Amino acid sequence: MTPDSEVIQASESEIRIARESTPSRSPRQAVGRTARVLRDLLFVLTARDIKIKYKQSMMGFLWAILMPTIIVGAGMLIRVAMSKMSGMPLPTDSLASMAVKSLPWAFFIGAIRFATSSLTSNANLVTKINCPRIAFPISAVLSSMFDFGIAILPLIVILAWYGITPSLALLWVPVILVLLLLLVSGLGIALAAANLFFRDVKYIVEVVLTFAIFFTPVLYEAEMLGEWQFWVLLNPLAPLLEGLRSAVVLNVAPDLGWLLYSGIVSAVIFAGGWLLFHKLEPAFADSV
Amino acid sequence: MSEIAIQFEHVSKRFRLGENFDSLRDLVPALVRQTFGRSPAATKVEREFWALKDICLTVQKGETLGVIGHNGAGKSTMLKHLAGIMVPSKGRIDVSGRLSALIEVGAGFHQDLTGRENVFLNGVILGMTRAEVARKFDEIVEFSGLDAFIDTPVKRYSSGMYARLGFAVAAHLDPDILVIDEVLSVGDFVFQQKSLQKMRNIATGGATVLFVSHNLKAVSDLCSRTVLMDAGTIVADGPTAGVIQTYLAREREKLGETRSVDVAIQSVILRNIKGSAVHFRPGDKAWVDVNFKANRLSEKLAVVLQILDEGLGDLFNTSSERLGHPSITLGAGESHTITFELDMHLANGTFHIAVYLFRYDLQREFDKVFPAATFFVDSEVDVRGGANLYPKVVNALIT
Repeated sequence: MTPDSEVIQASESEIRIARESTPSRSPRQAVGRTARVLRDLLFVLTARDIKIKYKQSMMGFLWAILMPTIIVGAGMLIRVAMSKMSGMPLPTDSLASMAVKSLPWAFFIGAIRFATSSLTSNANLVTKINCPRIAFPISAVLSSMFDFGIAILPLIVILAWYGITPSLALLWVPVILVLLLLLVSGLGIALAAANLFFRDVKYIVEVVLTFAIFFTPVLYEAEMLGEWQFWVLLNPLAPLLEGLRSAVVLNVAPDLGWLLYSGIVSAVIFAGGWLLFHKLEPAFADSV
Repeated sequence: MSEIAIQFEHVSKRFRLGENFDSLRDLVPALVRQTFGRSPAATKVEREFWALKDICLTVQKGETLGVIGHNGAGKSTMLKHLAGIMVPSKGRIDVSGRLSALIEVGAGFHQDLTGRENVFLNGVILGMTRAEVARKFDEIVEFSGLDAFIDTPVKRYSSGMYARLGFAVAAHLDPDILVIDEVLSVGDFVFQQKSLQKMRNIATGGATVLFVSHNLKAVSDLCSRTVLMDAGTIVADGPTAGVIQTYLAREREKLGETRSVDVAIQSVILRNIKGSAVHFRPGDKAWVDVNFKANRLSEKLAVVLQILDEGLGDLFNTSSERLGHPSITLGAGESHTITFELDMHLANGTFHIAVYLFRYDLQREFDKVFPAATFFVDSEVDVRGGANLYPKVVNALIT
């Protein structure tokens, strides 16, 4: 008996704790193993999605920057038109700001879209294997994050071109990204569960995502709306995008009040999504 | 020692059939109509279907339990409940120990990934950690026999190779309880034997095994106890041989043979030297007693005995008349028993007996019973097909 097989022996009551009648010899080890299994499950599912997407490697990498490029291109067109009409000059940081915000936006829509259909596209696993199903939408979000990471490289080039240099404000970026991840995951797990029961949720999500760019300050800055900016910033994604722009392009700290608001909304959405998911989970296999 | 591994307490499962709202497009208008009371009957009538009805089952640690029954009897639904994939509508299930369920071989394999990548993917999905998979990787590949193809995408695999890799992963999970649903129907003969042997090893290693199969021989070889399911209930539970007999008897009734009103076969009993039997070894003596009764005067009857293989191919048939027994004439109310003696020179496998009454002068078939009995032949001699001719290699000269 190797020490490791002893661990396996000891972890009798993991995963299906609710259905267990025998207490395990060591609950702590059992919990540790459950966590490791979930971590590894997230790892292999995320790796699977990335590998498949990048199997034809060139197209895969292009795909990661295609979406943000189109967004920035469309935004520039509108911004140039607006400056011509108003006679006001185009702010010099426009392109850099849009580039910084287009990445999280592309991640947001990509991840939501992918997560929404993550349970239905893994229907075979949902009905045949008992594994923590929450791993499907979350790994969908994580694999979309990979695209995000790839696209950061060309972004750095653009920022350098504009002479934007790193500052201490960059320390805000990881904080904002964690909040973004929380928000996207929360929406993703809720929508994945909903889509399993109502198959048209996916189409509704599609429509909402198509028009959401007008209600989110990606191609414009919230401050451009003057006293109306309050309403745009109510969108929990808006303070996150604006915060990223502040930290990366303007080298200042984000608006802490709005960031706090976003954080609270994201946490609530995540908790709500999590609860919804686990409430509906027992009925998943019946509904596929 | 007799600890309980699995306990089902009055478990029932309800499915709603069709008529469900599975899109918001249907649900929202229905809710609006309901709310505004335009048509109170807007709620669609739900048809219910009980896939499991009041299942009670206790399995001891280390027991090997077979589950048999028709398609749609509820076997897979029961396993899905056991695996925690489905949740019962009523009742409760207690499972003690780490459980691994193999409902479908290779579920979760991705076509575009290689065998190696799929072993890790599948192993982790089935509940191992990556470190555990890595440790058992060589063993898994060796068992599958797919060493040469392990870095080939599985979409290029044959269905047999696919199944071998899937089973190999599942067989190395080291669970306390292993649940297997009809996975031996895939793969070739050699791999099936290997898989059965592996399951036997897992069982003798102290694990509790639940085995669902239509392959009665496999169930009979592997399981000491078997439950028979029908229409969502357990209709028989006990030693495997008896439960299989019950199953076959029920099958016979359901087949509803066109029973002759003139003369009817009352019973067919297959026995060995000790009595009624299902297991034989090649060369064993066997006896088949056929009892039939005439309701009106029946003349010149012969009894035909037929042995069929698992694919219902005709392996052997004979009749009382061809064996020199004079034709039988029965008056109304008379009955007759005829006994055939056989030497079971058959290969390893499952066989069925069919019996019917025949009149050679009219070329007319009367009452027929199929399967009149089913039996298994257990043999270590590795021969395929129906007959066992006891082959030996006696001369192997290199010239």
